[in-house]
Amino acid sequence: MSATEPIMEARALVKRYGHVVALAGTDFELYPGEILAVIGDNGAGKSTLIKALSGALQPDGGEIRLGGERVHFRSPRDARRAGIETVYQDLAVAPSLDIASNIFLGRERRLRGPVGSVLRMLDKRGMRREAARHFAELKIGLPSITQAVENLSGGQRQGVAVARASAWGRRLVIMDEPTAALGVKETRQVLDLIREVRERGLPVILISHDMPHVFELADRIHIMRLGKRVAVVTPQSHTMPEAVAIMTGASQAELEQAMTKEEP
Amino acid sequence: MTTSDLTSDQPRGALWATVGLVRRVLAAPTVGPLLALLLTVGFFSVRSDNFLQAQNLSLVLQQVMVVGVLAIGQTLVILTAGIDLSCGTVMAFGQIVMTKLAVESGVDPILAILLGMLACVGFGILNGGLVTAVRLPAFIVTLGTLNIAYALTHIYSNDETYFPLPSELLYFGRTFTLFGADFTYGVVLMLVLYAVAWFALTQTAWGRHVYAVGDDPEAARLTGIKTGRVLLSVYTVAGLTYGIAALLLVSRTELGDPLAGQSTENLDAITAVVLGGTSLFGGRGTIIGTLIGAVIVGVFRNGLTLIGVEVIYQYLVTGILVILAVSVDQLTHRRRQ
Repeated sequence: MSATEPIMEARALVKRYGHVVALAGTDFELYPGEILAVIGDNGAGKSTLIKALSGALQPDGGEIRLGGERVHFRSPRDARRAGIETVYQDLAVAPSLDIASNIFLGRERRLRGPVGSVLRMLDKRGMRREAARHFAELKIGLPSITQAVENLSGGQRQGVAVARASAWGRRLVIMDEPTAALGVKETRQVLDLIREVRERGLPVILISHDMPHVFELADRIHIMRLGKRVAVVTPQSHTMPEAVAIMTGASQAELEQAMTKEEP
Repeated sequence: MTTSDLTSDQPRGALWATVGLVRRVLAAPTVGPLLALLLTVGFFSVRSDNFLQAQNLSLVLQQVMVVGVLAIGQTLVILTAGIDLSCGTVMAFGQIVMTKLAVESGVDPILAILLGMLACVGFGILNGGLVTAVRLPAFIVTLGTLNIAYALTHIYSNDETYFPLPSELLYFGRTFTLFGADFTYGVVLMLVLYAVAWFALTQTAWGRHVYAVGDDPEAARLTGIKTGRVLLSVYTVAGLTYGIAALLLVSRTELGDPLAGQSTENLDAITAVVLGGTSLFGGRGTIIGTLIGAVIVGVFRNGLTLIGVEVIYQYLVTGILVILAVSVDQLTHRRRQ
């Protein structure tokens, strides 16, 4: 890993809300082609970190580099323009619009010629074709690209959000608790989808509470505690209880005690 | 039954196809309003011999044109999950500005028309600005501007009526004959405006954004839509439609009347939108549905008059009608959740 340059990195990021220090000088690296899980207890600063990386908030200190160059995102739109797409926990889709419209929402394509430039008419067929292609690439099966998103299951909706992110993300995709609202079978589909995104060459930052999923998917695990990165581990180097112990700040003695309790 | 059974069994296949087609037709958003319209028309044509006369039907359309154009703006606002209670009084103010400038102040009639429309656009910008910049609920903002426009109408006109109006202000009230019935140019203008609104809502990115903002404003913002700009544009365009409605109003009444446009127009425009199947929760609805809804309202008013129901009972019926339509909206919304 040390030979390659990180695609995205952050140094000594600080974010304060009044007296509350949400980020206390944390570092961060994401390497090409990897799934990096970010874990941490509630209030450890993981969502603040993700918001800073996706442009949803501006850090008070520190720096963020993308492909080696320093960036200052003032809004999620800036980050998106730089090639960073985010899949939000609460599914940023418009339920009454169809699948193709959702893929192109906010980035609609107009017809060529005066019909497009003067009348501003949409290229609906072109957008549908393009959307169908993305779904085929990600191996997502959908009834029809003209279905309204509200008629889809939770997993299929999340599929739409992931497909949109991977269609537009040129550098990386951030996924914030993508399986939090899903059932077992649908969760499985979304996990496969996340792998599929990595196979296409896009690195993924995955925020999740679900340790088994994190250990199944992630190449590396970035652990946050009290606004700082306390460790970066891999599923091979550490066990789940060890990772949880680092996350919660349990001492080595407490950890051993917990481990022996588990195995009577 | 396997798929090969289905394809080999031709009559059955045809039956399934028909069932599927019927189901899809019934699920189309404008079918409900259309059925309601047919029922209403059926009811009044049985109760009154005069109702189905060509001359009466063209009268219904002429009566519909003002509310029909108001309802275009109202549809846009309701699609964004807002509501515009000021549409009737803003139109009334625009109408007074046009007629007073043209009749009393000696302003060129065309300029007077444009200034009247501009006054309505101004109210639209005020509504949109307060809803987006100050983040006030549309209900309370437009309740405020309803009263402001009402007061300005009376202050500016000194409670006087303005007539006779120059011919430019009466153009859209002129009629032409088609299939033995008279149509006003105003009705034609209304239909053109519906076509434009249909195009903008269904064929442009702006239309998609209007739906998306009404559906889930936070989701729209996260996908990169400038939600504030979309909302402001919606209220501004709505103001413009009220200005056009003001011109249609004076072309029908042939005078500038400080009392015009303040009784039933507000509720009628909202009723037309809701009867047309647009959800008050935002993000769902069609402009064609609103046109049908406006015609239903017109048919009701006309039909009730024909069968001799007093005006005060018409208020009663409209009130019940709008509550019924909103209840249907609420129930379908709950089922979707």
